[in-house]
Amino acid sequence: MSTRTIQGQKNLQNINQASKDGIGGSPLRPDGTLKVKGEFAYSSDMWHEDMLWGMALRSPHPRANILSVDISEALKLPGVYAVLTHQDIPGSKFYGLEIQDQPALAIDKVRYHGEAIALVAADHPETARRAVKKIKVEYEVLTPIVTEEQCLDPETHGYVHEPHEFKSHGYGNICHEQKLVSGLGVTDEVRALADVVISGDYEVGMQDQAFLGPESGLAVPAEDGGIDLYIATQWLHVDRQQMAPVLGLPEEKVRLTLAGVGGAFGGREDISMQIHACLLAQHTGKPVKIVYARDESFYGHVHRHPAKMHYEHGVTRDGKLVFADCRIVLDGGAYASASPAVVGNAASLGHGPYVIPNVKMHAIALYSNNPSCGAMRGFGAVQAAFGYESQMDKLAEALGMDPVEFRQLNAMAEGDHMPTGQQIDSPAPVAELLQRVKDMPLPPPLDLDNLDIRAVPGALSNTSHGEGIVRGVGYSVGIKNVGFSEGFDDYSTARVRLEVIGGEPVAMVHTAMAEVGQGGVTVHAQIARTELGVEQVTIHPANTEVGSAGSTSASRQTYMTGGAVKLAAEAVKQALITKGRRRYGWTQNDIDLVAGKVVSESAGVLVSMVDLLGDEAIDLTREHHHRPTVPFDKETGQGFGHVQYTFCANRAVVDVDVELGLVKVVELTAVQDVGKALNPLSVVGQIQGGCTQALGLAVMEEIIVKDGKVRNASFTDYLIPTILDTPPIPVEILELPDPNAPYGLRGVGEAPTVSATPSIVAAIRQATGIALTRIPVRPEHLTGTL
Amino acid sequence: MEFLRPATWDEALAAKAEYPTALPISGGTDVMVEMNFDVHRPSAILDLNRIPELRQWEIDGDVVKLGASVPYSRIIDELSEQLPGLAKAAHTVGSPQIRNRGSVGGNLGGASPAGDAHPALLAAGRDVFVEAVSVRGTRLIPIDEFYVGVKRNSLAADELIRTVHIPVADGPQQFSKIGTRNAMVIAVCAFGFALHPKNHTVGTGIGSAAPTPRRAVEAEEYLQGALEERGLWESGGLLGAEVTQRFGELVKAAASPIDDVRGTADYRRHTLAVMARRTLTWCWNDYSKQIRSAA
Repeated sequence: MSTRTIQGQKNLQNINQASKDGIGGSPLRPDGTLKVKGEFAYSSDMWHEDMLWGMALRSPHPRANILSVDISEALKLPGVYAVLTHQDIPGSKFYGLEIQDQPALAIDKVRYHGEAIALVAADHPETARRAVKKIKVEYEVLTPIVTEEQCLDPETHGYVHEPHEFKSHGYGNICHEQKLVSGLGVTDEVRALADVVISGDYEVGMQDQAFLGPESGLAVPAEDGGIDLYIATQWLHVDRQQMAPVLGLPEEKVRLTLAGVGGAFGGREDISMQIHACLLAQHTGKPVKIVYARDESFYGHVHRHPAKMHYEHGVTRDGKLVFADCRIVLDGGAYASASPAVVGNAASLGHGPYVIPNVKMHAIALYSNNPSCGAMRGFGAVQAAFGYESQMDKLAEALGMDPVEFRQLNAMAEGDHMPTGQQIDSPAPVAELLQRVKDMPLPPPLDLDNLDIRAVPGALSNTSHGEGIVRGVGYSVGIKNVGFSEGFDDYSTARVRLEVIGGEPVAMVHTAMAEVGQGGVTVHAQIARTELGVEQVTIHPANTEVGSAGSTSASRQTYMTGGAVKLAAEAVKQALITKGRRRYGWTQNDIDLVAGKVVSESAGVLVSMVDLLGDEAIDLTREHHHRPTVPFDKETGQGFGHVQYTFCANRAVVDVDVELGLVKVVELTAVQDVGKALNPLSVVGQIQGGCTQALGLAVMEEIIVKDGKVRNASFTDYLIPTILDTPPIPVEILELPDPNAPYGLRGVGEAPTVSATPSIVAAIRQATGIALTRIPVRPEHLTGTL
Repeated sequence: MEFLRPATWDEALAAKAEYPTALPISGGTDVMVEMNFDVHRPSAILDLNRIPELRQWEIDGDVVKLGASVPYSRIIDELSEQLPGLAKAAHTVGSPQIRNRGSVGGNLGGASPAGDAHPALLAAGRDVFVEAVSVRGTRLIPIDEFYVGVKRNSLAADELIRTVHIPVADGPQQFSKIGTRNAMVIAVCAFGFALHPKNHTVGTGIGSAAPTPRRAVEAEEYLQGALEERGLWESGGLLGAEVTQRFGELVKAAASPIDDVRGTADYRRHTLAVMARRTLTWCWNDYSKQIRSAA
C-alpha cells in the first residue's frame, strides 16, 4: 500500500491518510462476523407472508421412458395448490448455460437419477412432500448408458439424446470435442527424438462442490405480471437469461436479487430451483419458496467431471521434454451444462505449465446417463493436472532427476508459448514458485515419544500409536486460466454513487456480483476507498437493476467486477474534479482525492469533497471488458483463447499408516503469484480454501455412482475434510503485476485447487511406493484390498 | 404423528405400552437425521428428555449402571477410568455437538452394526446387560443376545432401555475405529478389546463388519488358552508375534463383512486383523507394566 504526503504550500497539514482499508489492506469482511455467529440470513432463511413451499418429484432411474404421469391423487391432498408437469410450462421447455438441452421438467423420458419430473406447491413442506409421493409415474426402465465404451458405441447402447433431438456441437454421445496439435504434433518421427518415453493412464472420480447452504430461493409474483426472485446463485443475469424464455416473460419482467449464498464453487452456475419456484409462483399467484434437502442438493446440481486420461511424454536424456500426447475423456452426464468450456480448458491447459515443443491433445466430454457435470473450482484444469503432474514425477524418476529440478528445467516463463500458440505476455514465474516452495522449512518429524494422537493418521479413532507410519513429501505446480475464454465477452458492470451523507462523503457501489464467500463485497469497498479517497462505502444489494457482473467463477470477479468498480469510481472522480475545475478554475494537473479532500500534489488541499459536492450526487455506471479472446480452432486448438494465466506450486507432507492405508496430511505449502493482493488476508484464505478442496479430492471426496445411481447423497458418506484433516497451510504470495489487469492483479481462487491435489498424491506415493493412478486415493488402494 | 412427552419413567413405560410403535428419542442424533432424510415415518415419537434418571450413572459394587441417555461427552469426562474402552469409543462418535447429545441408549436402540459403542460393550466382559423395562417388569438382556439382525435388537415392543450394566474395568481396554477421514466419520469397521485379569478372560467386539456387532469368540478362546498355557497372566511376559498374529487372523475370520460405499469387505477384514494385533499389543504392554511394577 502506498502512503503519501502532500507537499503543497497552502495547507501544510500532513495528509497521508490513504485509507488503511483501501486496496492492499485487509479490512474485515462485512458478512464475516454474522456468519461466524450464525446470524447471517441465507437464502434458505427467507420467509414471505402467505408463501407456499415448492418441491420436485425426481426420477429414481437414470434412464427410462415416462409412459404416464398421474397427478390426480396429489392434487386432492388438502393444502396442495398446484401440481405441474412440463405440459404446464408457458414458454420454452428447455434451458442450459451454453446449450439449451435440458428440459425444465422431464418430457417423456428421464436421462439421469434425480431428474425433476413434476412440481408441487403446498402450504406446508410436509404436505408438499406427501403430495410428491402421491404422483404416480409409470416408467419403462432402460439400461443406462454409463461407461465410455457404451457412450462411444451408440449403435449398440443407444443415444442419451437421440440424433433428431441433439442440440450440442458434438455427435453421437459426444457433447463436445477439442483437438490440439502444436509443433510437429506427435508422430513416429517425433517419438524417435526422445530418449525416454513414459505413458500412464489416470482416473479422477466425481467430486462435488459440497457447499453447505442448500439450493434455495423465494419467488414472488408481481402485479405487473412479472416475477421477483430472491436467489442464491453465482450469476444473476445468466439465470434470468435462461429463466425468462421458459416463463414466457420478457427479461425485464424477471427481476432477481441475490439472497445469502452458503458457498458455491461452481455448483450454482447452473439453474437449480429458480425456474421451478417461478413456475409455481406464476401458476398459484402466491410467493413460493423452495429449499432443497441435502440429498436433493446432491441430485440437484452438477458436479466436477470425472475423467479418464491417457498421457504419453517423451524426454531427452538430459531432461528436456520433447513431446506430449494426451487423451482426456470427461463424463459430462445427461446434459451439457458447462461441458464445452470444461473441454476447452482441459485441452488448452492439459499439458501443464511446461514448454513442450510437440504436442497432441484430444479432449472430449461424453453425454451419459450419469449425473450431469459442469462447473467446479478449477474447471477442467484440475483433472488434467493430476495426469500431467503424475507424469512429471514418473519422468523425473525414470531419468534419476529430482522432481522439482526436472519441472524447473521444463517450466514455462513469460514470453513462452502455450500449446495453443498463445504467447504468455505477463509474468509466469513457474520455476521460481517451485524453488520457493521447496525452500520453505519442512515440518518436524512425528515425535513418537510424545505422541499427540490427533497428529497421526486416524487421530482419535485410535488406530495407531506410531505403528506403520511412513512420511512422504511431494511437489506439484499447476496452471489455470482467469476469466471466460474462447471469445466470450464476460464483461462486468458497476455503478458508483458519491454523495454527502451526514456531513461525510459516502460512496455507494452497486453491482450484480454474486457474493458467494469470495469477499468481493470487501474488495469493492476497498477499491472505492482508494479511488475516491473516502472512508465510508456502502454496498448496494446485488440485483438485476444494474447491468451484468458476469459469473462469480473462473477466478474472475476481482479482475472483472473489481475492474468495473475501479472504472466507475475513476469516472466519478473525474466528474468531481471537473466540477471543481469549473467552479474554482483549477489548472493543476496533479489533482487527486485523498482523505475526503480534493488535493493537488503541488498546491495542497483545494477543497473538501463535502463542500464541492454540496447536495449533488455523482452517479455513474461503467462496463469493464477484458481484452478479447478467440475460440480455439476445432482441429488444431490454436488461438489466443485465454485472458490471463495463474500459477500455484505446492509441497505436501503426509504421514501414511501403510498397514491400514490411512493418510494424514501433515502440511500443505503453497506459493502463488497473485499479481497484486488487493486484500492479502482474503487472498491467503482463498489459497488455503483452494488447497483444502484439493486435499478433499486427493484423499476422500467422491460421489459414488453405480449403474447411473448416486450411492452417497449425504454428508454421512460424501466426506469432506474436517479441521483434523486440514493441515497447516503456509502460504507465500508473490506480487508480479500483470500489465493487462486492473492493479496488475491475477485471479486467485482456483490455481491452488488445480495444483495441490497432485502434490498430496505424490507424497503418498513416496511414502508407500505404490503407483497411484486414481483419485481420490482410497485406503483400499494403499492396502491392496480393492 | 403423535408426540409423547412423559414426565416420569412410569409415564414413559405406560406410554410405550399404549403406543408400542412409538420411537423413543433422547439426543435425536440418529432419529432426527433419519426423519430428515425421510427414512422413517414413525407413527409416534416418545420424548425421554424429561426423565432425569436416564441421564445419571452410578457404581453398584463392580458394575457401572449407565443411564441410557448419558451423553458420550459425559462418558469421556466422568467414566474414562471405569469404562476406558467405552470412553475411547465415545471419543470417536461424530463431532463435539453430537457427543453432547448422543448416548449409548440411542446406539442400542438403533442397533446399527456401525454403532461405535457396541464393540466396546461386547469387549467389556461377559456381564454386560441391557436393562430393558416395561410395565410388565424388568429384564437384564446379556449384550451378546441383544443384537439380533441389521438394525434390530431383542427389545420387546413395549420395552424401553433404562440402563446398561457394565463391569468396572479390571484391566486395560482399547478401541480402534477405521474411517476414511480423521474425525466425524461412520465406522468402516471397528474393534474393541479388553483384558480381564480377574477371571483370566479377554473380550472382543467387532463393529461394521457383520450384520450385527459381534464378538470374535474363537479369537478370545485362542488368546485365553495361549495366555493360560504360557503363564502370561502371572508373568506379564512377552506375547510373541505368533500369538498376536494368530489372534489377528482369528478376529478377521470372525467377521462377515460386505462391500459397500464406505469400504470393501477385503479392506474391512484386513484392517480388523491389524486393529486386533495393535489393540492387543497396547493392552498387553500396559498390563505387563502393571505386573512388573507390582512385582
